[in-house]
Amino acid sequence: MVTRTLRMGLTAAAVAAVVAFGGGSAAEARELFLYNWSNYIPPELLKRFEQETGIKVTLDVYDSNETMLAKLQAGATGYDIVVPTDYIIPRMVEGGLIQKLDSSTMENFKNVKEVFRNPSWDPNREYSVPYMWGTTGFSYDKERVKGDVAESWKEFFEPREELKGQIVALNDMNDVISSAAFYLGYERCFEDPKKAQTVLDLLTKQKPYLAMYQSDGTIERMIAGEVIMHQQWNGAAHRTKMERPSVVYVYPKEGLPFWADNFAIPKGAKNVEEAKEFLNWMMDPKNAAEASNFTGYMNAIAGSDAFLEEKLAKDPAVNMPDEYSDRLRAAEDCAKPAQDLRDRIWTKLKS
Amino acid sequence: MLEAIRRSPRLQRLLLIGPAVAIVVVFMLLPLGLMAYVSFLERGQYGGVIWDQYTVEAYVGFFFERDFLDNLVVNTDYVSIYLRSFLLSLLTTVIALAVGFPVALYIALQPPSRRKLLVFLVTIPFWTNLLVRNYAWILLLRTNGLIDQWAQGLGLTDQSISILYTPAAIAIGLTYSYLPFMVLPIYASLEKLDFRLVEAAYDLYATRLQALRRVVVPLSLPGIAAGCTLVFIPCLGAYVTPELLGGSKELMIGNLIQLQFGASRNWPLGSALAFTLLAFVLLAMLVYLLRFRKLPE
Repeated sequence: MVTRTLRMGLTAAAVAAVVAFGGGSAAEARELFLYNWSNYIPPELLKRFEQETGIKVTLDVYDSNETMLAKLQAGATGYDIVVPTDYIIPRMVEGGLIQKLDSSTMENFKNVKEVFRNPSWDPNREYSVPYMWGTTGFSYDKERVKGDVAESWKEFFEPREELKGQIVALNDMNDVISSAAFYLGYERCFEDPKKAQTVLDLLTKQKPYLAMYQSDGTIERMIAGEVIMHQQWNGAAHRTKMERPSVVYVYPKEGLPFWADNFAIPKGAKNVEEAKEFLNWMMDPKNAAEASNFTGYMNAIAGSDAFLEEKLAKDPAVNMPDEYSDRLRAAEDCAKPAQDLRDRIWTKLKS
Repeated sequence: MLEAIRRSPRLQRLLLIGPAVAIVVVFMLLPLGLMAYVSFLERGQYGGVIWDQYTVEAYVGFFFERDFLDNLVVNTDYVSIYLRSFLLSLLTTVIALAVGFPVALYIALQPPSRRKLLVFLVTIPFWTNLLVRNYAWILLLRTNGLIDQWAQGLGLTDQSISILYTPAAIAIGLTYSYLPFMVLPIYASLEKLDFRLVEAAYDLYATRLQALRRVVVPLSLPGIAAGCTLVFIPCLGAYVTPELLGGSKELMIGNLIQLQFGASRNWPLGSALAFTLLAFVLLAMLVYLLRFRKLPE
């Protein structure tokens, strides 16, 4: 058994070597070095890109924005594309880590949905091209709630009496406080202490109704029916619904936080032309849809719906209906005073 | 070279204690010093610190704050979080002692060959990572979890009981995690106990309880004290167990400090909080030393 596996491995290695050397003989092969989150792009898609363009893609992966940022800051060159999340892009622009690419001049930019064309973290998309995105709303089990549940944070922050002890909030300072701020009609990064007091009052009043603050195991908790309402990420809500179809994901009308990952080109990249070709290619609806089918998150490309797998396309938690797009509130990197207020609200809430 | 070492006892001594000193300096004093330094720095916008701007803001912030209406008031938030952690650690220590002492005594009363096996059994949980063991407790304690199923199966309750995500769950998790640290030192001092003293007590008409109270417990006091310290102090800074088993409706010290280095991006405050904890623990140890040094040998 062992020898057989070994022999097969050797054969595979030999074949790979032949292929590699064969490829190497072609003069000036075009290349692209992609640095992406792990498990975040389907290998088949990259293979198809290689076939269609003749550009050979090498993939390296990371597990957090901070890892990627630290690597670039430490002077790593050799990557042609990185995939930063929204809030970290201004930092990268400021630090001179990524270069201008004026994605609005790209041929396929016309496919980008309106709401992603001019985000606050990258005005006019000078530095980035949208990839996947998701939201943080709340979900509930409609079989266990009497009557209609409004599409409002009110149901979550000032819940009905019957839901006491049946609600869970995420244990995430930023998601909880941002949502509360939206519900109260405040900007995300409020710096007015009076607003902070109001937010704290709201959360303090909500606390007795909560079973807990937990970001872990949201899916299993809802599937098991341990609680009825849960602040949740849309991808998690989608997976909950696969097991428990009576769960509904709510896009509150007051606005909800959303995050978006983006492609960007680091300064000092060697294959800028190839990178731009890839970015343009990824804005094609079919290619974007294929990526979504793999990640379970929605892309920012109009017309990709037609190529989505049915279970994704039919779930409004993932494939957001267009009428909700003005409810999305983009991420902001709050300045120190706002960050301090958040921290104090959170500490006071839990002291 | 070798000859020189052989001739000079001073050099020998230096070489022998050198590694120990190096370890203490590199692995304890340097990191602590760095942490102390960071706690006096200005925080950076995106986390981290500004290395050449000094401030005592972090320490002032521990006791005072400007409230949301801009009055300078005493800040009770951190104090109450510390107090909660202290109380929970105390509770854990008491439970661990109540469970651990009889276990240690039982082991000490076994024939030597079996003692080894029992001590070995006590250490087995350490073979598994703390995180994994805490996840196991989630499965045990959750609604419709094993304990819940047994309780309902035995007819103890007809409703599902939910212990997970309460302070009780934290106390259970902590007690479980640190129990061996209580059992082992107490066992170590009981093992050395001369049980002829207990027989002597019986000869003097002591009851079993009296013998335990007046002979066994006083003689195992060093072990009890060591066990309590070994349980209490790690509990104070516990992070994983409250995070996983608690409902996070109230913060514990460990989670508060983590928050400062994570989402709040306030490294100086995090360092200051850790340092304040260190000061409290040192103070407690000092009191303990002064108190127990006076006991008869």
